[in-house]
Amino acid sequence: MSETTPSPTGQPAAPGAAAPSAPTAPTAREERQEVLLSVRGVRKIYPSAAGPVEAVRDLTFDVRRGELACIVGPSGAGKTTLLKIIAGLLEPTSGQVILEGEPVSGPPRTMAVVFQEYGRSLFPWLTVRGNVELPLKNARVPAAERARRIDEALEAVGLAHAHRRYPWQLSGGMQQRVAIARAVAYEPHILLMDEPFAAVDAQTRADLEDLVRDIWHRLGVTVLFVTHDIDESVYLGERVIILSSSPTVVQEDVHIDLPDERSQLETRSTKQFADLRHHIYEQIQLAKAGIVPAQIAAGVTQKEV
Amino acid sequence: MRALRSVFYVVALPAALVALWWLLTLGSDSFWVPRPGELVSTFREVWIGPRFMDDVVPSLTRLAVGLVLAIALGILGGLAIGSSRVLRRLSEPVLEFFRAIPPPVLVPILMVLVGVNDTMKVLVIVSGAVWPVLLNTIEGVRGIDEVLSDTAKSYGIHGTSRITMLTLPAASPNFMTGIRQALSIGLILMVISEMFASSSGLGFTIVQFQRSFAVTEMWSGIVLLGLIGVLLAGIYSFVERRVLRWYHGLKEVEQSE
Ligand SMILES: Nc1ncnc2c1ncn2[C@@H]1O[C@H](COP(=O)(O)OP(=O)(O)OP(=O)(O)O)[C@@H](O)[C@H]1O
Ligand SMILES: [Mg+2]
Repeated sequence: MSETTPSPTGQPAAPGAAAPSAPTAPTAREERQEVLLSVRGVRKIYPSAAGPVEAVRDLTFDVRRGELACIVGPSGAGKTTLLKIIAGLLEPTSGQVILEGEPVSGPPRTMAVVFQEYGRSLFPWLTVRGNVELPLKNARVPAAERARRIDEALEAVGLAHAHRRYPWQLSGGMQQRVAIARAVAYEPHILLMDEPFAAVDAQTRADLEDLVRDIWHRLGVTVLFVTHDIDESVYLGERVIILSSSPTVVQEDVHIDLPDERSQLETRSTKQFADLRHHIYEQIQLAKAGIVPAQIAAGVTQKEV
Repeated sequence: MRALRSVFYVVALPAALVALWWLLTLGSDSFWVPRPGELVSTFREVWIGPRFMDDVVPSLTRLAVGLVLAIALGILGGLAIGSSRVLRRLSEPVLEFFRAIPPPVLVPILMVLVGVNDTMKVLVIVSGAVWPVLLNTIEGVRGIDEVLSDTAKSYGIHGTSRITMLTLPAASPNFMTGIRQALSIGLILMVISEMFASSSGLGFTIVQFQRSFAVTEMWSGIVLLGLIGVLLAGIYSFVERRVLRWYHGLKEVEQSE
């Protein structure tokens, strides 16, 4: 609980949301450069009955404030493990995660997580409204403020009509919207999402992808989005971090230079999209075959020495 | 129409059983089995009067106190044991041991230790009724979904908030099952605790009737016990419907999938 100031709710990277120590307010551009999340040499070895399992070998990358970064990797690459470590739910075996200058040692107040298993991450004894409200109640947000944030968040995810329903009365896509609304109402600086749409049908999935872009645009929140779907990572991200298969390192960090305005129909049929998709697909195939690009492999060996 | 139908379902079988009983005892003049009419008038004579205040109310009070204590202890203990792996592993064999002891055998021990008084009787009720609540609560706390638990953690819900916002509601289907079992165990132990070295209470009165061959009076006491059981079940399901409305809804959805 290092910081409790709410995130800016205006445009992305709104000036004035800067660190208070900055002598002059940085411009939006400068602020985009500011590193929000820093993953430093994170390694995770699970002790297990059948011997230790090295899920993550050595991961290092930065996420800047206001960025929408996707992490792709083959199944079992350690994506969930990484996310749990970033979220302060799991201790890394070695290495460190730094959020807004503070090492993460427990769940940070300025972070919200959306899990893949929406059916298991909503509180079944609470209504939709109750679910969105719970973290705010726990954070002792005053009632009037709470009501405003809940209304806005549910409005934003298109569930303004469903306040009094229970999660189990809703479809999968709607349940995941509730989980997103809950995260949004919490006003985090960074939103972690672990394959949030892996279990919903294709149409719902497209809608939810657009919802994530929309929320990211409107709130200026930093988003780290984990997926195993290459298309999804290219469509959503400004940047795609490709993970190798386990034991995991960063395979490649790809900048997605698609225009900011994206549409399911147009964007996905551009040549640029196809090229990026092709490139990432290739890298993942290499990753699966255990071939790591030379410079990274060299980097890893250096660190290991 | 629907109300009428549900009343029918509640009343039909008891009515049929009473009718059967009435038919079977029509010609007989058995000393051991009274006729329905007889029983009703005896019931009124015996229980609606001073005996209600002298025997029934104290018994029910002890039952209520015993049940409340057992439920509170069971839930609190279950939360503590269920939340801690160390406590769980430490307590497992001990719990099995104590649970295996039939509470009636504690009556003589408690009589010696505590004396023959209300405390002893309440303790007998607690000693039997606490187990289903405790064990079910442990089970419920242990079974909390990992994703739900991670969600709560990631939103900074820990300590007492975690207990009230996550653990208690998540374990409520389990401890409600435990409470239901505790009610019937409590009623049995209420009677048993009064059968030894006692001078008042429902159990005492029934044994007293039996020893003095007041058979119809004895039967009326048994009927009263049955009615108390029905009353307890009624209160339980009233509360349960409210507390676990979400759970029944959830189950219904899961089953229809
Ligand atoms: N608690 C655990 N104990 C032991 N091994 C584990 C544990 N959790 C995960 N693993 C192992 O660590 C590796 C990475 O798992 P993780 O769930 O992080 O992968 P993932 O990339 O999220 O996979 P998926 O795409 O299937 O979600 C896997 O080999 C898995 O078997
Ligand atoms: Mg995963």
